[in-house]
Amino acid sequence: MDYVRIERNTKIKKGISGTIRFIILGLWALIVLFPFYWMILTSIKSYGSYNSEYIPKLYVTSPTFENYVDAFSAVPLGRYFLNTAIFTIVTTAIMLVVITLAAYAFARLEFKGRGFVFVIFLSLMMIPTELVVITNFVTITNWNMRNSFPGLILPSITSVFYIYLLKENFEQVPDTLYYAAKVDGTSDFKYLLKVLIPISKPTLITVTILKVIECWNSYVWPRLITDDQAYFLVSNGIQEIRENGFGRENIPAMMAAVVVISAPLIVIFLIFRKQIMAGVLRGGTKG
Amino acid sequence: MNNKDSGSSFLKKISEYKGWLYLLPAIIFLGIFMVYPLIDVFVYSFEEGYNFASQSFFGTGMYNYSYVLHDPYFLQAVKNTFIIVIITVPLSTVIALFISVLLSRIEKLRSLFQTIYFLPYVTNTLAVGLVFMILFKKTAYTDGMINLLINAFGGSSVDFIDGPYWAKMTVMCIYTIWIVMPFKILILTSALSSVNPDYYSAARVDGTRPWRIFYRITLPMISPMIFYLVITGFIGAFKAYSDEVALFGVDLNSAGMNTIVGYVYDMLYGDSGGYPSFASAAAILLFIIVLTITVINLMISDSDN
Amino acid sequence: MEVVLEHLTKVFPSRDKKNPADVYAVNDFDFTIPDGKLIGLLGPSGCGKSTTLNLICGLLQPTQGRILFGENDVTNLPPEARGVGLVFQNYALYPHLTVRQNIMFPLQNLRGEEKLTKEVMNAKAEEAAKLVQIDMLMDRKPKELSGGQQQRVAIARALVKRPQVLLLDEPLSNLDARLRLQTREEIKRIQTETGITTIFVTHDQEEAMSISDLIVVMKDGILQQIGRPQEVYDEPVNMFVAKFLGTPQINMFDGRVSGGMLYLGETPVMKTTAPDKEVHVGIRPEGFVLAGVDAPSTGTAGAVATADDGTKPLECALKAVEVSGRDVSIVSTNPASQGVNIRSIMGSDRNLNIAGETVSFRLKPHKVYLFDKETEDRIYEQ
Repeated sequence: MDYVRIERNTKIKKGISGTIRFIILGLWALIVLFPFYWMILTSIKSYGSYNSEYIPKLYVTSPTFENYVDAFSAVPLGRYFLNTAIFTIVTTAIMLVVITLAAYAFARLEFKGRGFVFVIFLSLMMIPTELVVITNFVTITNWNMRNSFPGLILPSITSVFYIYLLKENFEQVPDTLYYAAKVDGTSDFKYLLKVLIPISKPTLITVTILKVIECWNSYVWPRLITDDQAYFLVSNGIQEIRENGFGRENIPAMMAAVVVISAPLIVIFLIFRKQIMAGVLRGGTKG
Repeated sequence: MNNKDSGSSFLKKISEYKGWLYLLPAIIFLGIFMVYPLIDVFVYSFEEGYNFASQSFFGTGMYNYSYVLHDPYFLQAVKNTFIIVIITVPLSTVIALFISVLLSRIEKLRSLFQTIYFLPYVTNTLAVGLVFMILFKKTAYTDGMINLLINAFGGSSVDFIDGPYWAKMTVMCIYTIWIVMPFKILILTSALSSVNPDYYSAARVDGTRPWRIFYRITLPMISPMIFYLVITGFIGAFKAYSDEVALFGVDLNSAGMNTIVGYVYDMLYGDSGGYPSFASAAAILLFIIVLTITVINLMISDSDN
Repeated sequence: MEVVLEHLTKVFPSRDKKNPADVYAVNDFDFTIPDGKLIGLLGPSGCGKSTTLNLICGLLQPTQGRILFGENDVTNLPPEARGVGLVFQNYALYPHLTVRQNIMFPLQNLRGEEKLTKEVMNAKAEEAAKLVQIDMLMDRKPKELSGGQQQRVAIARALVKRPQVLLLDEPLSNLDARLRLQTREEIKRIQTETGITTIFVTHDQEEAMSISDLIVVMKDGILQQIGRPQEVYDEPVNMFVAKFLGTPQINMFDGRVSGGMLYLGETPVMKTTAPDKEVHVGIRPEGFVLAGVDAPSTGTAGAVATADDGTKPLECALKAVEVSGRDVSIVSTNPASQGVNIRSIMGSDRNLNIAGETVSFRLKPHKVYLFDKETEDRIYEQ
């Protein structure tokens, strides 16, 4: 065997393949990042300079924040923002209470029919939202809850999947802790509050983050149930801006609105990067 | 089990009532917004001539299904949906696999790349869709960024947003893939990193070439995860809707880019809306399609093992 | 194939932020492994023995030094060009392939002129399987096999390409005690039959002693001693080696050399030529000779006799006597002992009937080792 030749070839091969890897990965990173770059870039171009660029420039010489002012003044972006925040916080908060109670009942409390109810819950996990949204639309309309927060919130405050996730988590807490608490005279509710919830904090955080992402980006249901701009969420708002705009085709202002809408989740993501990615890994699919 | 005496049976009774109490909120909400609608949607789909205002109907039967199946808009939506599914599911899975494999081979910058790649997951589909629209759109002022790239490579400009069908479908698929990649990359990188590195060491000592390591060792080991991604990918792609709205606006029918889910919502609401019966029939048809595809997928995976 | 390690060093950058010093996993190894021998790399976990193995097979690149297989410098060669076979601690059998496919896997990697036909590959796989006696399990999947059988498949896979060097990483640690005994004999048999230079890593000194032609004792990346197992056991070069080899462990005492006499406490126990100073004293359990037992009834210690050479038996408080059938262990205590107990082993061919409060021992000089207090190196007789 020609050891010297083998040695040299291996070194060259290693160097080349390493470089190619980085080039391809960098290319994909570029594809992912470019739309973000583009929206920020466009949002700080002035209306005039954007429209005069037949060949769009990849940089901006005189940045302006006028578009952000426009985004908040010409359209009720602040309103959309506030609505979405209210919707997200209230929905997530109520959901956490509902699913925690249900998961606790399934995991810890003993009662007749528990197994049966649980099987029904599990089978509901397979039902696509598209199938039930029609009747929910009719129900909410009949209850005169269109264009109202209850109408937006009510149908999305239970999630069978999260109940399941949390129940699994509760069940991992050893029985002995429960019996010890019982011997000490701790009530079931107190046990849930003081023992289970603190222990299951990571899962609860995961569920919270996933639900917040879902709420912040929800589009279909709010679109069905609101036609009054006063109750639009950001997704509907952006669609409204797209269709009717700022009175004219003002793309820089549109991009400013897009930046404002995208920013909160991206900031949350950058802070809770590890938890979010671990949560999505455990929690399955989007939507 | 040591609670045989009367005292603990009393406690038991209390806890029985307690269990239902804890479950009550979930049961109420699921009952109203999930179980009842599930039954109701079938009822709607068989009620002919349902009037939304008076909430009355004049017959039962298969007419709603027949109407939907003969509606050119529905057929267009089915065609669009299938094209999106057939193109984006395999393509996104393969690209995600490719990128994940590369990602698992590097150490430097890995977590930076992972973070970047995940970004689309946390963004608002509607918002970023708007950016894609602008990148691809050809207007009086500019041909758009993408057309400039095409021109640079010697092609001629195409209007991807209001232009020919294939052009619109191309952007649609590109955007769909861009949106679904983060989840797939995340799942696949984690699957790849869970393969015991000893297998790779063993293969290297045996002089196995990288490509062979990939298809004889890596691929079989992560195949359950790939399969999971294909199934969830199919289900997700069949329910495509928001991404379409983001690119082409709410009037998808006139853009010729509607999907089955879009058709359902259009039937329910909006300018062409007010027909919950037609919407229900279409939704049930979608459910049947997805169920069939999933069952076929499961059968294929079973015969593989 | 002779394997030569020349000043082999492997440094890992520190992962501990509090302690940024680099980690010397392997520090200046310099020794030769003779052709056709079975070598045991022995040391506590984290001593760098697996790193050494990975350097030899090429999965890791050394920071410094060279590795030679015979005349050839293989330091910078990729693993596949070195002609080594490697068996992993967890076997690393591909779960989706059958035993046959697993064994044939390395052969299928060959290409160009070396490429083999299906028949040849099959024949070679069968041959390797026969060697490790699993030829009747060829079409099973790894998960249908016992731990011992999986181990054999892994060895067959490593042997099928007729490697020049066979490397085994903790080959027995995933097996239960009975299988471990059986498998280690099996490894010895396979090695003898094939004559392939074999290096195996273990933290179990008994395992290494029982089958190796040579053992290499390591600690913290530094080579401590190389030699035939009995040699290393009988002549440990330092306190670490003395303590690491042998079950039950060697008994350690604080001692003092004064005027050609070794004292444990105030008892002169042995004549020595070592220079006068405070020392660590190691005494193997079999290095004690029972000199007497004082029953509580007699109660007098006056019977302890001074021998002609001026030494006295070591008096210890008797704690327990453990009978194992083959031999008898006497557990006792003495203030000079560094451990809690002193454990001494007597052959049980004499019918010992030991009961009392104190026992006294004379020592077998060749089972007593002196170590420097500071360096812990062996102090040899002069």
